[in-house]
Amino acid sequence: MLLLALDTATPAVTVALHDGSEVLAESADIDARRHGELLLPAVHRTLRAAGTELAEVTDIVVGVGPGPYTGLRVGLVTAATFGAALGIPVHGLCTLDGIAYAAGRAGLTGPFVVATDARRKEVYWARYDDPLTRVTEPAVDHPADLTEAGPVAGLPAIGAGALLYPAAFAEVPSGMPEHQSAGALASLAAAKLARGEELLPPRPLYLRRPDAKVPANYKVVTPK
Amino acid sequence: MADEPLVLGIETSCDETGVGIVRGHTLLADAVASSVDEHARFGGVVPEVASRAHLEAMVPTIQRALKEAGVAASDLDGIAVTAGPGLAGALLVGVSAAKAYAYALGKPLYGVNHLASHICVDQLEHGPLPEPTMALLVSGGHSSLLLAPDITSDVRPLGSTIDDAAGEAFDKIARVLHLGFPGGPVIDRIARDGDPDAIAFPRGLTGPRDAAYDFSFSGLKTAVARWIEAKRAAGEEVPVADVSASFQEAVADVLTRKAVRACKDEGVDHLMIGGGVAANSRLRALAERRCEDAGITLRVPRPKLCTDNGAMVAALGAEMVARGRSASAWDLSADSSLPVTDPHVPDPEAHTHSHAHSHTHDHDHVHELSRKNLYA
Ligand SMILES: [Zn+2]
Repeated sequence: MLLLALDTATPAVTVALHDGSEVLAESADIDARRHGELLLPAVHRTLRAAGTELAEVTDIVVGVGPGPYTGLRVGLVTAATFGAALGIPVHGLCTLDGIAYAAGRAGLTGPFVVATDARRKEVYWARYDDPLTRVTEPAVDHPADLTEAGPVAGLPAIGAGALLYPAAFAEVPSGMPEHQSAGALASLAAAKLARGEELLPPRPLYLRRPDAKVPANYKVVTPK
Repeated sequence: MADEPLVLGIETSCDETGVGIVRGHTLLADAVASSVDEHARFGGVVPEVASRAHLEAMVPTIQRALKEAGVAASDLDGIAVTAGPGLAGALLVGVSAAKAYAYALGKPLYGVNHLASHICVDQLEHGPLPEPTMALLVSGGHSSLLLAPDITSDVRPLGSTIDDAAGEAFDKIARVLHLGFPGGPVIDRIARDGDPDAIAFPRGLTGPRDAAYDFSFSGLKTAVARWIEAKRAAGEEVPVADVSASFQEAVADVLTRKAVRACKDEGVDHLMIGGGVAANSRLRALAERRCEDAGITLRVPRPKLCTDNGAMVAALGAEMVARGRSASAWDLSADSSLPVTDPHVPDPEAHTHSHAHSHTHDHDHVHELSRKNLYA
Protein backbone atom coordinates (compact mmCIF):
# COMPACT_ATOMS: atom_id res chain seq x y z
CA MET A 1 0.00 0.00 0.00
CA LEU A 2 1.22 3.48 -0.88
CA LEU A 3 -1.13 6.14 0.36
CA LEU A 4 -1.03 9.78 -0.74
CA ALA A 5 -2.83 12.05 1.71
CA LEU A 6 -3.65 15.71 1.18
CA ASP A 7 -5.68 18.32 2.99
CA THR A 8 -6.47 21.94 2.05
CA ALA A 9 -9.40 22.56 4.41
CA THR A 10 -7.41 24.81 6.74
CA PRO A 11 -4.62 27.36 6.12
CA ALA A 12 -2.27 24.36 5.92
CA VAL A 13 -1.58 22.95 2.47
CA THR A 14 -0.34 19.57 3.57
CA VAL A 15 0.69 16.40 1.72
CA ALA A 16 2.05 13.09 2.99
CA LEU A 17 2.98 9.69 1.70
CA HIS A 18 2.34 6.61 3.85
CA ASP A 19 3.28 2.99 3.11
CA GLY A 20 0.77 1.36 5.45
CA SER A 21 3.09 1.29 8.42
CA GLU A 22 4.68 4.72 8.53
CA VAL A 23 4.85 8.19 7.00
CA LEU A 24 7.53 8.24 4.31
CA ALA A 25 7.51 11.96 3.58
CA GLU A 26 5.44 14.97 4.47
CA SER A 27 5.17 18.56 3.33
CA ALA A 28 3.27 21.50 4.80
CA ASP A 29 2.91 25.14 3.80
CA ILE A 30 0.80 27.49 5.89
CA ASP A 31 -0.81 30.06 3.61
CA ALA A 32 -4.55 30.53 3.66
CA ARG A 33 -4.68 32.26 0.30
CA ARG A 34 -2.48 30.18 -1.99
CA HIS A 35 -3.80 26.63 -1.79
CA GLY A 36 -4.12 26.47 -5.55
CA GLU A 37 -0.51 27.45 -6.22
CA LEU A 38 1.04 25.41 -3.41
CA LEU A 39 -0.64 22.01 -3.59
CA LEU A 40 0.78 20.46 -6.77
CA PRO A 41 4.39 21.51 -6.04
CA ALA A 42 3.93 20.05 -2.54
CA VAL A 43 2.74 16.74 -4.00
CA HIS A 44 5.74 16.70 -6.32
CA ARG A 45 8.13 17.51 -3.48
CA THR A 46 6.68 14.82 -1.22
CA LEU A 47 6.91 12.13 -3.89
CA ARG A 48 10.48 13.16 -4.65
CA ALA A 49 11.46 13.09 -0.99
CA ALA A 50 10.17 9.53 -0.74
CA GLY A 51 11.97 8.61 -3.95
CA THR A 52 8.81 7.52 -5.70
CA GLU A 53 6.28 8.77 -8.22
CA LEU A 54 2.54 9.25 -8.42
CA ALA A 55 2.02 6.15 -10.57
CA GLU A 56 3.13 3.99 -7.62
CA VAL A 57 0.41 5.36 -5.32
CA THR A 58 -2.40 2.88 -4.54
CA ASP A 59 -4.84 5.04 -2.58
CA ILE A 60 -5.63 8.74 -2.20
CA VAL A 61 -6.85 10.15 1.11
CA VAL A 62 -8.26 13.66 1.27
CA GLY A 63 -9.49 15.84 4.11
CA VAL A 64 -13.11 16.69 3.30
CA GLY A 65 -13.30 19.62 5.72
CA PRO A 66 -15.17 21.32 7.13
CA GLY A 67 -13.24 24.29 5.82
CA PRO A 68 -13.52 27.56 3.91
CA TYR A 69 -14.83 26.53 0.51
CA THR A 70 -12.35 27.90 -1.97
CA GLY A 71 -9.32 26.24 -0.43
CA LEU A 72 -11.19 23.08 0.49
CA ARG A 73 -12.14 22.48 -3.15
CA VAL A 74 -8.50 22.58 -4.28
CA GLY A 75 -7.70 19.43 -2.32
CA LEU A 76 -10.92 17.66 -3.20
CA VAL A 77 -10.75 18.26 -6.95
CA THR A 78 -7.05 17.37 -6.98
CA ALA A 79 -7.72 14.11 -5.14
CA ALA A 80 -10.67 13.24 -7.36
CA THR A 81 -8.72 13.95 -10.54
CA PHE A 82 -5.69 11.94 -9.38
CA GLY A 83 -8.04 9.08 -8.61
CA ALA A 84 -9.66 9.26 -12.03
CA ALA A 85 -6.37 9.56 -13.92
CA LEU A 86 -4.72 6.70 -12.06
CA GLY A 87 -7.79 4.52 -11.60
CA ILE A 88 -7.27 4.24 -7.84
CA PRO A 89 -9.69 4.75 -4.91
CA VAL A 90 -10.12 8.16 -3.27
CA HIS A 91 -11.06 8.12 0.43
CA GLY A 92 -12.37 11.03 2.47
CA LEU A 93 -11.69 11.76 6.13
CA CYS A 94 -13.03 14.56 8.29
CA THR A 95 -10.28 17.16 8.63
CA LEU A 96 -11.04 17.58 12.34
CA ASP A 97 -10.44 13.83 12.86
CA GLY A 98 -6.89 14.24 11.56
CA ILE A 99 -6.21 17.02 14.05
CA ALA A 100 -7.73 14.96 16.89
CA TYR A 101 -5.55 12.00 15.94
CA ALA A 102 -2.45 14.22 15.96
CA ALA A 103 -3.49 15.58 19.37
CA GLY A 104 -3.64 12.02 20.66
CA ARG A 105 -0.12 11.41 19.44
CA ALA A 106 0.92 14.59 21.25
CA GLY A 107 -0.42 13.12 24.49
CA LEU A 108 -3.99 14.35 24.78
CA THR A 109 -6.45 11.69 25.92
CA GLY A 110 -9.87 13.31 26.10
CA PRO A 111 -12.55 14.31 26.12
CA PHE A 112 -11.71 17.44 24.15
CA VAL A 113 -12.91 19.64 21.31
CA VAL A 114 -11.19 20.38 18.00
CA ALA A 115 -11.86 23.82 16.55
CA THR A 116 -10.60 25.32 13.30
CA ASP A 117 -11.06 28.83 11.92
CA ALA A 118 -14.30 29.14 9.97
CA ARG A 119 -13.80 32.91 9.48
CA ARG A 120 -16.71 35.32 10.09
CA LYS A 121 -15.96 34.99 13.84
CA GLU A 122 -17.01 31.35 13.80
CA VAL A 123 -15.27 28.00 14.26
CA TYR A 124 -15.74 24.60 12.70
CA TRP A 125 -15.74 22.15 15.59
CA ALA A 126 -16.44 18.66 16.84
CA ARG A 127 -16.29 16.97 20.23
CA TYR A 128 -14.15 13.89 20.88
CA ASP A 129 -14.30 11.40 23.75
CA ASP A 130 -10.79 10.33 22.82
CA PRO A 131 -8.50 11.01 19.84
CA LEU A 132 -10.15 8.28 17.78
CA THR A 133 -13.74 8.81 18.81
CA ARG A 134 -15.68 11.78 17.54
CA VAL A 135 -19.04 12.06 19.28
CA THR A 136 -20.66 14.97 17.41
CA GLU A 137 -21.12 15.77 13.76
CA PRO A 138 -18.81 18.58 12.59
CA ALA A 139 -20.56 21.93 12.96
CA VAL A 140 -19.99 25.67 12.56
CA ASP A 141 -20.80 28.11 15.38
CA HIS A 142 -19.73 31.19 17.28
CA PRO A 143 -17.22 30.04 19.94
CA ALA A 144 -19.16 31.74 22.75
CA ASP A 145 -22.31 29.79 21.85
CA LEU A 146 -20.40 26.52 22.33
CA THR A 147 -18.69 27.21 25.59
CA GLU A 148 -21.04 29.26 27.73
CA ALA A 149 -23.05 26.35 29.12
CA GLY A 150 -22.92 24.97 25.59
CA PRO A 151 -21.98 21.52 24.26
CA VAL A 152 -18.24 21.81 24.96
CA ALA A 153 -18.26 23.89 28.16
CA GLY A 154 -15.23 23.16 30.30
CA LEU A 155 -13.47 20.95 27.77
CA PRO A 156 -9.90 21.45 26.59
CA ALA A 157 -9.86 22.79 23.02
CA ILE A 158 -7.22 22.38 20.35
CA GLY A 159 -6.63 23.68 16.84
CA ALA A 160 -6.28 27.11 15.26
CA GLY A 161 -9.91 27.93 16.12
CA ALA A 162 -9.20 27.43 19.82
CA LEU A 163 -6.01 29.47 19.60
CA LEU A 164 -7.87 32.25 17.83
CA TYR A 165 -10.56 32.53 20.54
CA PRO A 166 -8.75 31.51 23.75
CA ALA A 167 -11.13 33.57 25.88
CA ALA A 168 -14.07 31.51 24.69
CA PHE A 169 -12.59 28.12 25.57
CA ALA A 170 -11.95 26.84 29.10
CA GLU A 171 -8.51 25.46 28.40
CA VAL A 172 -6.23 25.52 25.37
CA PRO A 173 -3.43 23.06 26.19
CA SER A 174 0.01 23.86 24.87
CA GLY A 175 2.10 21.55 22.72
CA MET A 176 -0.93 20.50 20.71
CA PRO A 177 -1.22 20.69 16.91
CA GLU A 178 -2.49 23.99 15.56
CA HIS A 179 -2.85 22.93 11.94
CA GLN A 180 -3.79 19.83 10.03
CA SER A 181 -0.99 17.42 9.19
CA ALA A 182 -1.42 15.13 6.21
CA GLY A 183 0.93 12.72 7.98
CA ALA A 184 -1.58 12.34 10.82
CA LEU A 185 -4.43 12.10 8.33
CA ALA A 186 -2.56 9.39 6.41
CA SER A 187 -1.75 7.42 9.57
CA LEU A 188 -5.37 7.57 10.67
CA ALA A 189 -6.54 6.46 7.23
CA ALA A 190 -4.02 3.62 7.10
CA ALA A 191 -5.17 2.37 10.50
CA LYS A 192 -8.83 2.55 9.52
CA LEU A 193 -8.26 0.86 6.17
CA ALA A 194 -6.22 -1.89 7.88
CA ARG A 195 -9.22 -2.53 10.14
CA GLY A 196 -11.43 -2.74 7.09
CA GLU A 197 -13.31 0.42 8.01
CA GLU A 198 -15.18 2.32 5.37
CA LEU A 199 -13.96 5.92 5.00
CA LEU A 200 -16.05 8.86 3.83
CA PRO A 201 -16.82 9.62 0.19
CA PRO A 202 -14.52 12.43 -1.02
CA ARG A 203 -17.22 15.09 -0.88
CA PRO A 204 -16.92 18.51 0.75
CA LEU A 205 -18.30 19.31 4.20
CA TYR A 206 -19.27 22.92 3.56
CA LEU A 207 -21.68 23.19 6.52
CA ARG A 208 -22.89 26.53 5.20
CA ARG A 209 -25.21 27.31 2.37
CA PRO A 210 -23.67 29.37 -0.41
CA ASP A 211 -23.97 33.12 -0.04
CA ALA A 212 -26.51 33.62 -2.73
CA LYS A 213 -28.35 36.85 -2.41
CA VAL A 214 -31.21 37.25 -4.80
CA PRO A 215 -30.60 40.57 -6.53
CA ALA A 216 -32.96 43.27 -5.29
CA ASN A 217 -36.19 43.48 -7.25
CA TYR A 218 -36.23 45.61 -10.32
CA LYS A 219 -35.89 49.19 -9.22
CA VAL A 220 -38.13 51.81 -10.75
CA VAL A 221 -35.84 54.29 -12.45
CA THR A 222 -38.43 56.74 -13.71
CA PRO A 223 -38.34 59.92 -11.64
CA LYS A 224 -41.69 60.31 -9.90
CA MET B 1 -3.60 14.16 -39.50
CA ALA B 2 -2.47 11.84 -36.74
CA ASP B 3 0.57 13.95 -35.86
CA GLU B 4 -1.49 16.99 -34.98
CA PRO B 5 -1.54 17.63 -31.23
CA LEU B 6 -4.24 15.84 -29.25
CA VAL B 7 -5.24 18.17 -26.41
CA LEU B 8 -7.86 18.11 -23.68
CA GLY B 9 -9.14 21.50 -22.52
CA ILE B 10 -10.90 22.42 -19.27
CA GLU B 11 -13.04 25.53 -18.88
CA THR B 12 -14.58 26.65 -15.56
CA SER B 13 -14.47 30.45 -15.71
CA CYS B 14 -18.20 30.94 -15.13
CA ASP B 15 -21.15 28.56 -14.78
CA GLU B 16 -20.29 25.94 -17.41
CA THR B 17 -18.00 23.03 -16.62
CA GLY B 18 -16.57 22.38 -20.07
CA VAL B 19 -14.18 19.66 -21.18
CA GLY B 20 -13.26 19.46 -24.85
CA ILE B 21 -10.86 17.35 -26.83
CA VAL B 22 -9.37 18.38 -30.17
CA ARG B 23 -6.78 17.05 -32.55
CA GLY B 24 -5.23 20.11 -34.15
CA HIS B 25 -8.17 21.88 -35.78
CA THR B 26 -10.53 18.94 -35.46
CA LEU B 27 -13.16 18.82 -32.74
CA LEU B 28 -13.40 15.36 -31.16
CA ALA B 29 -15.47 16.05 -28.05
CA ASP B 30 -17.26 18.95 -26.39
CA ALA B 31 -18.74 17.91 -23.04
CA VAL B 32 -20.46 20.61 -21.01
CA ALA B 33 -22.23 20.47 -17.64
CA SER B 34 -24.07 23.67 -16.89
CA SER B 35 -25.28 24.97 -13.54
CA VAL B 36 -27.39 27.65 -15.23
CA ASP B 37 -30.65 26.25 -13.81
CA GLU B 38 -29.31 26.65 -10.28
CA HIS B 39 -28.66 30.34 -10.96
CA ALA B 40 -31.92 31.14 -12.70
CA ARG B 41 -33.85 31.85 -9.51
CA PHE B 42 -31.18 34.38 -8.52
CA GLY B 43 -31.35 36.18 -11.86
CA GLY B 44 -27.61 35.87 -12.37
CA VAL B 45 -24.63 33.60 -11.80
CA VAL B 46 -23.87 33.10 -8.10
CA PRO B 47 -20.12 32.43 -7.85
CA GLU B 48 -20.23 30.01 -4.92
CA VAL B 49 -23.03 27.99 -6.51
CA ALA B 50 -20.98 27.80 -9.72
CA SER B 51 -17.83 26.69 -7.89
CA ARG B 52 -19.66 23.94 -6.02
CA ALA B 53 -21.16 22.69 -9.26
CA HIS B 54 -17.72 22.65 -10.96
CA LEU B 55 -16.33 20.39 -8.24
CA GLU B 56 -19.25 17.96 -8.64
CA ALA B 57 -19.10 17.92 -12.42
CA MET B 58 -15.35 17.94 -13.06
CA VAL B 59 -14.36 14.28 -13.16
CA PRO B 60 -17.61 13.04 -14.78
CA THR B 61 -17.26 15.69 -17.51
CA ILE B 62 -13.63 14.72 -18.21
CA GLN B 63 -14.69 11.09 -18.51
CA ARG B 64 -17.61 11.94 -20.75
CA ALA B 65 -15.32 13.91 -23.08
CA LEU B 66 -12.80 11.06 -23.33
CA LYS B 67 -15.57 8.62 -24.13
CA GLU B 68 -17.12 10.96 -26.71
CA ALA B 69 -13.74 11.46 -28.40
CA GLY B 70 -12.90 7.76 -28.27
CA VAL B 71 -9.34 8.45 -27.14
CA ALA B 72 -7.32 7.24 -24.18
CA ALA B 73 -6.04 9.79 -21.69
CA SER B 74 -2.55 8.41 -22.17
CA ASP B 75 -2.63 9.46 -25.85
CA LEU B 76 -3.08 13.15 -25.03
CA ASP B 77 -0.23 15.51 -25.91
CA GLY B 78 -1.21 18.13 -23.36
CA ILE B 79 -3.82 19.47 -20.98
CA ALA B 80 -5.05 23.05 -21.43
CA VAL B 81 -7.09 25.01 -18.92
CA THR B 82 -8.61 28.46 -18.63
CA ALA B 83 -6.26 30.30 -16.26
CA GLY B 84 -8.37 33.47 -16.48
CA PRO B 85 -10.09 35.84 -16.70
CA GLY B 86 -13.24 34.70 -14.89
CA LEU B 87 -14.69 34.03 -11.44
CA ALA B 88 -11.75 33.34 -9.12
CA GLY B 89 -13.24 30.43 -7.18
CA ALA B 90 -14.65 28.83 -10.30
CA LEU B 91 -11.38 29.12 -12.22
CA LEU B 92 -9.52 27.56 -9.31
CA VAL B 93 -11.48 24.31 -9.57
CA GLY B 94 -10.58 23.91 -13.24
CA VAL B 95 -6.95 24.94 -12.80
CA SER B 96 -6.50 22.52 -9.88
CA ALA B 97 -8.11 19.69 -11.83
CA ALA B 98 -6.03 20.38 -14.93
CA LYS B 99 -2.81 20.39 -12.93
CA ALA B 100 -3.68 17.12 -11.21
CA TYR B 101 -4.67 15.52 -14.52
CA ALA B 102 -1.58 16.69 -16.37
CA TYR B 103 0.70 15.69 -13.51
CA ALA B 104 -0.87 12.26 -13.11
CA LEU B 105 -0.62 11.58 -16.85
CA GLY B 106 2.86 13.06 -17.20
CA LYS B 107 1.68 15.59 -19.81
CA PRO B 108 2.47 19.30 -20.21
CA LEU B 109 0.00 21.81 -18.76
CA TYR B 110 -1.06 24.94 -20.66
CA GLY B 111 -2.84 27.67 -18.73
CA VAL B 112 -4.54 29.75 -21.41
CA ASN B 113 -6.59 32.93 -21.71
CA HIS B 114 -10.35 32.59 -21.89
CA LEU B 115 -10.75 35.41 -24.42
CA ALA B 116 -8.07 34.10 -26.78
CA SER B 117 -9.78 30.69 -26.52
CA HIS B 118 -13.07 32.24 -27.68
CA ILE B 119 -11.24 33.39 -30.82
CA CYS B 120 -9.22 30.23 -31.41
CA VAL B 121 -12.28 27.97 -31.28
CA ASP B 122 -13.15 29.11 -34.79
CA GLN B 123 -10.27 26.98 -36.08
CA LEU B 124 -12.45 23.97 -35.27
CA GLU B 125 -15.21 25.38 -37.48
CA HIS B 126 -13.51 27.26 -40.31
CA GLY B 127 -9.90 26.05 -40.31
CA PRO B 128 -6.73 28.04 -39.53
CA LEU B 129 -7.30 31.59 -38.32
CA PRO B 130 -6.19 34.23 -40.78
CA GLU B 131 -3.33 36.30 -39.39
CA PRO B 132 -4.24 38.82 -38.28
CA THR B 133 -7.81 38.12 -37.20
CA MET B 134 -10.16 40.81 -35.95
CA ALA B 135 -12.40 39.43 -33.22
CA LEU B 136 -15.56 40.76 -31.63
CA LEU B 137 -16.25 38.91 -28.38
CA VAL B 138 -19.66 39.45 -26.85
CA SER B 139 -21.17 37.58 -23.92
CA GLY B 140 -22.56 38.09 -20.44
CA GLY B 141 -19.04 38.64 -19.19
CA HIS B 142 -17.25 40.43 -22.00
CA SER B 143 -17.62 42.84 -24.91
CA SER B 144 -14.28 43.38 -26.63
CA LEU B 145 -12.74 44.12 -29.96
CA LEU B 146 -9.42 42.31 -30.29
CA LEU B 147 -6.79 42.21 -32.99
CA ALA B 148 -4.91 38.92 -33.03
CA PRO B 149 -1.82 38.77 -35.27
CA ASP B 150 -0.89 35.48 -33.55
CA ILE B 151 -3.43 33.88 -31.25
CA THR B 152 -0.70 32.13 -29.23
CA SER B 153 1.48 35.15 -28.57
CA ASP B 154 0.05 38.44 -29.76
CA VAL B 155 -3.48 39.57 -28.95
CA ARG B 156 -4.15 43.29 -28.80
CA PRO B 157 -7.17 44.94 -27.20
CA LEU B 158 -8.63 47.66 -29.42
CA GLY B 159 -11.68 48.39 -27.31
CA SER B 160 -14.04 47.00 -24.73
CA THR B 161 -17.11 47.91 -22.76
CA ILE B 162 -16.68 50.74 -20.30
CA ASP B 163 -19.62 49.55 -18.20
CA ASP B 164 -21.90 46.53 -18.76
CA ALA B 165 -21.15 43.59 -21.04
CA ALA B 166 -23.60 43.20 -23.92
CA GLY B 167 -24.98 39.94 -22.55
CA GLU B 168 -25.48 41.56 -19.16
CA ALA B 169 -27.69 44.20 -20.81
CA PHE B 170 -29.78 41.40 -22.35
CA ASP B 171 -30.17 39.78 -18.91
CA LYS B 172 -31.16 43.03 -17.28
CA ILE B 173 -33.71 43.99 -19.90
CA ALA B 174 -35.16 40.48 -19.77
CA ARG B 175 -35.53 40.89 -16.02
CA VAL B 176 -37.28 44.25 -16.43
CA LEU B 177 -39.64 42.63 -18.92
CA HIS B 178 -40.11 39.62 -16.57
CA LEU B 179 -38.80 37.22 -19.22
CA GLY B 180 -36.41 35.22 -16.99
CA PHE B 181 -32.71 34.36 -17.07
CA PRO B 182 -30.62 34.15 -19.19
CA GLY B 183 -32.06 37.00 -21.23
CA GLY B 184 -30.30 36.59 -24.58
CA PRO B 185 -32.21 33.67 -26.11
CA VAL B 186 -35.66 34.81 -24.96
CA ILE B 187 -35.22 38.40 -26.18
CA ASP B 188 -33.94 37.08 -29.50
CA ARG B 189 -37.05 34.90 -29.85
CA ILE B 190 -39.57 37.54 -28.84
CA ALA B 191 -37.87 40.21 -30.96
CA ARG B 192 -38.74 38.23 -34.10
CA ASP B 193 -42.34 39.42 -33.72
CA GLY B 194 -41.36 43.01 -33.05
CA ASP B 195 -40.35 46.07 -35.04
CA PRO B 196 -36.66 46.94 -34.60
CA ASP B 197 -37.39 50.54 -35.61
CA ALA B 198 -40.39 50.99 -33.31
CA ILE B 199 -38.43 52.79 -30.60
CA ALA B 200 -35.23 54.76 -31.19
CA PHE B 201 -33.08 53.65 -28.26
CA PRO B 202 -29.68 55.36 -27.85
CA ARG B 203 -26.49 54.04 -29.45
CA GLY B 204 -23.82 54.43 -26.76
CA LEU B 205 -20.38 55.87 -27.57
CA THR B 206 -21.09 56.49 -31.24
CA GLY B 207 -20.53 60.23 -31.28
CA PRO B 208 -17.69 61.72 -33.33
CA ARG B 209 -15.58 62.35 -30.23
CA ASP B 210 -16.26 59.01 -28.53
CA ALA B 211 -13.69 56.21 -28.35
CA ALA B 212 -14.06 54.48 -31.70
CA TYR B 213 -13.84 50.90 -30.44
CA ASP B 214 -15.18 51.09 -26.89
CA PHE B 215 -18.72 50.10 -25.98
CA SER B 216 -21.23 51.29 -23.42
CA PHE B 217 -24.51 49.51 -22.75
CA SER B 218 -25.40 51.06 -19.41
CA GLY B 219 -27.09 54.11 -20.90
CA LEU B 220 -29.07 51.93 -23.30
CA LYS B 221 -30.15 49.67 -20.46
CA THR B 222 -31.35 52.65 -18.41
CA ALA B 223 -33.13 54.19 -21.39
CA VAL B 224 -35.01 50.95 -22.10
CA ALA B 225 -35.94 50.52 -18.43
CA ARG B 226 -37.19 54.12 -18.23
CA TRP B 227 -39.22 53.71 -21.37
CA ILE B 228 -40.87 50.58 -19.96
CA GLU B 229 -41.52 52.24 -16.60
CA ALA B 230 -43.09 55.25 -18.24
CA LYS B 231 -45.48 52.96 -20.12
CA ARG B 232 -46.33 51.09 -16.93
CA ALA B 233 -46.75 54.31 -14.96
CA ALA B 234 -49.16 55.55 -17.61
CA GLY B 235 -51.13 52.33 -17.24
CA GLU B 236 -50.37 51.34 -20.81
CA GLU B 237 -49.43 47.89 -21.99
CA VAL B 238 -45.72 47.40 -22.69
CA PRO B 239 -45.18 46.24 -26.31
CA VAL B 240 -42.71 43.53 -25.29
CA ALA B 241 -41.87 42.40 -28.84
CA ASP B 242 -41.20 45.94 -30.09
CA VAL B 243 -39.14 46.81 -27.03
CA SER B 244 -37.11 43.59 -27.42
CA ALA B 245 -36.56 44.13 -31.14
CA SER B 246 -35.60 47.79 -30.75
CA PHE B 247 -33.27 47.10 -27.83
CA GLN B 248 -31.63 44.21 -29.67
CA GLU B 249 -31.27 46.38 -32.77
CA ALA B 250 -29.43 49.06 -30.78
CA VAL B 251 -26.98 46.48 -29.41
CA ALA B 252 -26.38 44.74 -32.76
CA ASP B 253 -26.05 48.07 -34.57
CA VAL B 254 -23.33 49.40 -32.29
CA LEU B 255 -21.40 46.12 -32.11
CA THR B 256 -21.29 45.49 -35.84
CA ARG B 257 -20.71 49.13 -36.78
CA LYS B 258 -17.64 49.34 -34.54
CA ALA B 259 -16.30 45.92 -35.54
CA VAL B 260 -16.51 46.69 -39.24
CA ARG B 261 -14.91 50.07 -38.69
CA ALA B 262 -12.03 48.42 -36.80
CA CYS B 263 -11.49 46.00 -39.70
CA LYS B 264 -11.40 48.88 -42.19
CA ASP B 265 -9.11 51.02 -40.02
CA GLU B 266 -6.65 48.17 -39.46
CA GLY B 267 -6.85 46.81 -42.99
CA VAL B 268 -8.08 43.42 -41.80
CA ASP B 269 -10.34 41.47 -44.14
CA HIS B 270 -11.63 38.87 -41.66
CA LEU B 271 -13.98 39.39 -38.73
CA MET B 272 -14.55 36.66 -36.17
CA ILE B 273 -17.48 36.94 -33.74
CA GLY B 274 -17.52 34.82 -30.61
CA GLY B 275 -19.04 34.65 -27.13
CA GLY B 276 -22.58 33.75 -26.11
CA VAL B 277 -24.17 36.82 -27.71
CA ALA B 278 -22.77 35.70 -31.10
CA ALA B 279 -25.70 33.27 -31.08
CA ASN B 280 -28.07 36.25 -31.39
CA SER B 281 -29.80 36.01 -34.75
CA ARG B 282 -30.04 39.76 -35.34
CA LEU B 283 -26.35 40.30 -34.55
CA ARG B 284 -25.45 37.56 -37.00
CA ALA B 285 -27.70 38.90 -39.76
CA LEU B 286 -26.53 42.49 -39.39
CA ALA B 287 -22.87 41.42 -39.22
CA GLU B 288 -23.31 39.35 -42.37
CA ARG B 289 -24.82 42.27 -44.28
CA ARG B 290 -22.31 44.84 -43.13
CA CYS B 291 -19.31 42.57 -43.67
CA GLU B 292 -20.51 41.72 -47.15
CA ASP B 293 -20.93 45.41 -47.95
CA ALA B 294 -17.39 46.09 -46.71
CA GLY B 295 -15.78 43.10 -48.43
CA ILE B 296 -14.96 41.44 -45.12
CA THR B 297 -15.16 37.68 -44.59
CA LEU B 298 -17.25 36.91 -41.52
CA ARG B 299 -16.47 33.89 -39.36
CA VAL B 300 -18.92 32.91 -36.65
CA PRO B 301 -18.69 29.45 -35.06
CA ARG B 302 -21.85 27.44 -34.39
CA PRO B 303 -23.66 28.63 -31.23
CA LYS B 304 -22.45 25.75 -29.04
CA LEU B 305 -18.84 26.76 -29.74
CA CYS B 306 -19.62 30.45 -29.10
CA THR B 307 -20.78 29.95 -25.53
CA ASP B 308 -18.21 28.91 -22.93
CA ASN B 309 -16.94 25.39 -23.56
CA GLY B 310 -13.87 23.20 -23.13
CA ALA B 311 -13.26 22.71 -26.84
CA MET B 312 -12.19 26.33 -27.24
CA VAL B 313 -9.61 25.88 -24.50
CA ALA B 314 -8.40 22.67 -26.12
CA ALA B 315 -8.22 24.47 -29.49
CA LEU B 316 -5.92 27.14 -28.10
CA GLY B 317 -3.92 24.53 -26.18
CA ALA B 318 -3.41 22.56 -29.40
CA GLU B 319 -2.17 25.70 -31.11
CA MET B 320 0.27 26.28 -28.23
CA VAL B 321 1.61 22.75 -28.68
CA ALA B 322 1.78 23.10 -32.47
CA ARG B 323 3.77 26.34 -32.19
CA GLY B 324 6.08 25.04 -29.47
CA ARG B 325 4.99 27.52 -26.81
CA SER B 326 6.27 26.94 -23.28
CA ALA B 327 4.10 24.93 -20.92
CA SER B 328 2.89 26.34 -17.61
CA ALA B 329 4.44 25.63 -14.22
CA TRP B 330 2.86 23.44 -11.53
CA ASP B 331 2.26 26.52 -9.39
CA LEU B 332 0.09 28.11 -12.11
CA SER B 333 -2.45 30.49 -10.54
CA ALA B 334 -6.06 31.01 -11.40
CA ASP B 335 -6.00 34.71 -12.34
CA SER B 336 -9.47 36.26 -12.32
CA SER B 337 -8.15 39.34 -14.15
CA LEU B 338 -5.64 37.74 -16.53
CA PRO B 339 -4.95 40.43 -19.16
CA VAL B 340 -6.12 39.70 -22.67
CA THR B 341 -2.59 40.42 -23.84
CA ASP B 342 -1.44 37.17 -22.19
CA PRO B 343 -2.78 34.39 -24.46
CA HIS B 344 -1.19 31.87 -22.13
CA VAL B 345 0.74 31.71 -18.88
CA PRO B 346 4.12 30.12 -19.59
CA ASP B 347 6.41 28.87 -16.84
CA PRO B 348 8.44 31.98 -15.93
CA GLU B 349 11.50 29.75 -15.41
CA ALA B 350 11.27 28.34 -18.91
CA HIS B 351 12.29 31.62 -20.55
CA THR B 352 15.37 32.26 -18.47
CA HIS B 353 16.72 28.75 -18.09
CA SER B 354 16.04 26.89 -21.30
CA HIS B 355 17.81 28.89 -23.97
CA ALA B 356 18.75 25.78 -25.86
CA HIS B 357 15.08 24.94 -26.15
CA SER B 358 13.93 28.37 -27.25
CA HIS B 359 16.32 28.38 -30.21
CA THR B 360 14.01 26.02 -31.98
CA HIS B 361 11.43 28.83 -32.12
CA ASP B 362 13.63 31.47 -33.69
CA HIS B 363 11.62 31.27 -36.84
CA ASP B 364 8.45 32.18 -34.98
CA HIS B 365 10.05 35.13 -33.31
CA VAL B 366 11.27 36.61 -36.57
CA HIS B 367 7.79 36.17 -37.91
CA GLU B 368 6.24 37.96 -34.96
CA LEU B 369 8.57 40.91 -35.25
CA SER B 370 7.76 41.49 -38.87
CA ARG B 371 4.07 41.28 -38.10
CA LYS B 372 4.42 43.73 -35.24
CA ASN B 373 5.96 46.20 -37.65
CA LEU B 374 2.91 45.98 -39.82
CA TYR B 375 0.68 47.24 -37.04
CA ALA B 376 3.03 49.49 -35.13
ZN1 LIG C 1 -16.64 33.49 -22.28
